[in-house]
Amino acid sequence: MSHIDDYREVVPKGTIDFLKRLAEQVKGRKILHINSTKLGGGVAEMLRSHIPLLKDLGVDAQWQAISGTEEFFNVTKSFHNALQGQDQHLPQQMLQEYLEINKENARQLSFDAYYIVIHDPQPAALIESRPTQGKWIWRCHIDISRPQWKVWSFLKQFVVNYDAAVFSLPRFAQRLPIPQFLIFPAIDPLSDKNRDLSPQEQAQILSRLNVPTDKPILLQVSRFDRFKDPLGVIQTYRLVKKHHDLQLILAGGEATDDPEGKTVLSEVREAARDDPDIHILLLPPDANLEINALQRAATIVLQKSLREGFGLTVAEAMWKGKPVIGGSAGGITVQLVYGVTGFTVNSVEGAAFRIHHLLDNPEVMTKIGGDGKEYVRQNFLITRKLGDWLALMSYLGRRI
Amino acid sequence: MVLKIADHPFLFTGCWELREMVGRSARDEQQLLEAIEEIPFDSLFYHTHSFFLRHKYIAGPYPNDFATWAAIQVRDRVLGEKLGILDPYDFENLEALRAEIVNIIDEHLSQLQIIPRAIYGEPFDFMQSRIIEVPTGLEARNLTEFRKILATVDVSVVYYHNFEAILRLGRRKGDFALWIEEQLDLPDLAQKISRLDFYMTSLESIRHRIIKLCDEVLMRETLR
Repeated sequence: MSHIDDYREVVPKGTIDFLKRLAEQVKGRKILHINSTKLGGGVAEMLRSHIPLLKDLGVDAQWQAISGTEEFFNVTKSFHNALQGQDQHLPQQMLQEYLEINKENARQLSFDAYYIVIHDPQPAALIESRPTQGKWIWRCHIDISRPQWKVWSFLKQFVVNYDAAVFSLPRFAQRLPIPQFLIFPAIDPLSDKNRDLSPQEQAQILSRLNVPTDKPILLQVSRFDRFKDPLGVIQTYRLVKKHHDLQLILAGGEATDDPEGKTVLSEVREAARDDPDIHILLLPPDANLEINALQRAATIVLQKSLREGFGLTVAEAMWKGKPVIGGSAGGITVQLVYGVTGFTVNSVEGAAFRIHHLLDNPEVMTKIGGDGKEYVRQNFLITRKLGDWLALMSYLGRRI
Repeated sequence: MVLKIADHPFLFTGCWELREMVGRSARDEQQLLEAIEEIPFDSLFYHTHSFFLRHKYIAGPYPNDFATWAAIQVRDRVLGEKLGILDPYDFENLEALRAEIVNIIDEHLSQLQIIPRAIYGEPFDFMQSRIIEVPTGLEARNLTEFRKILATVDVSVVYYHNFEAILRLGRRKGDFALWIEEQLDLPDLAQKISRLDFYMTSLESIRHRIIKLCDEVLMRETLR
């Protein structure tokens, strides 16, 4: 477990002392985060590092998870899908189950904190039981830019009672009568996925994965999903291969919650057939060190998404000093400042052109890689996210 | 000349920018124009000034969000160039800056047959700044201390005492130049700092330039 002072070596100078001063504006007022589970999932993973760091800064922060029946979590899974745009049928009985479980949790949980941060839709209706004191914030981690209207209308009746909502991208915001803030996701530079690796450690991991290092590596890390365009990546590689002897690694997990996932993977395997320089690596969800080693071994990293949430794999690769070429989608455009910290592209041809350009101009790769790393240091590290939260609490705390 | 000790120390204050969504976006340059006419000053400030807080180390393609969006997302480099050269320091206040931006876009559109649109790019999402002041607790009484603290403090201090002080708090010279002139009796150094072009570079680069100017004075004193 990393402590706040451990980050001094990697964050911009003055940041940690500055965060300590910022935290003083929040001290004395307890923060309680509530989500749906303490095990698994991106929110739990984020809170596991966020809460101890807040405590290191002298802030009294707690984390509680709601409990629910299997039916409740089926309902909230349907909520999740509907809010991301999928067609879902939610009969009245299911909505009733959602409300009942939220009421039951409200009776069991103690809202003994000034700031209550509710994550995602599952516990959103807890707001019905809010005490008169304190500030309630709804933190939405999912893309609700195109929600199924009926489900959003149901959820919205609770969201409007919060003091503020927080989203990961401006386009996720909704028409709401409450202030809506933007807090970008961030990477942890000291985690297994991003920490420095010794050359021996890296070599061992690559050898375990059977990845040769005798040719430049073009890498895309993402699940096998049409929106990540793995077939487009193979076409891109083929265009570049005519002039450069390189290899392509497509690494990621299967999209288990996507019925099309298996089809996409078999199409990718079919497209890669007979080419010994294309490596398809199916990695388990906890393959953090493996992803770290692959990103460090890469010559150029691609994230050729057609649709994207935030796309933190871009920041992960930039943090390792790699030039990144990404699809012009979602949060990728926030991370890749065109021609400064990377390149965004809109086609297979555009991606191939940029790869050519970079391979023929190693000094550009070095410059873009270096600037990309500094951009991540300033904007997409966990310490920046901590600061955003402290600033939000300070701001809301003043508006009494 | 012997370097003076200040009667009143310089108190270093930094800031953190909280980003609030205005709830408005533009997909084409006409929508951009109409929105700029109506957005609150905090939003205009966010897209033209506090830009620097988000690009502390690296200067972006253009030094304001409107120019960057036109050039990169709409692919209208002409409008990008026209907006990119705007220097907010040339304007008395944000209303005058708003009028000029509106005028530039309006004139640009009047010369076109079709309205340029972000067909493949992202829409422009209007945001606004909520600046949280953070006193660092650090103070300097002479130029040596000032230079030493400036070199190690969070770079938002450079933003707060120059951009925020000049453009929102009305301290036209900037806090660094004002203190150095009034408290240290170094008008030449103060003038050099106030003449720095804050708009065309990054905060980190401004920090280095100010430190270099301080070092030149300190070096002269050492050799004296």
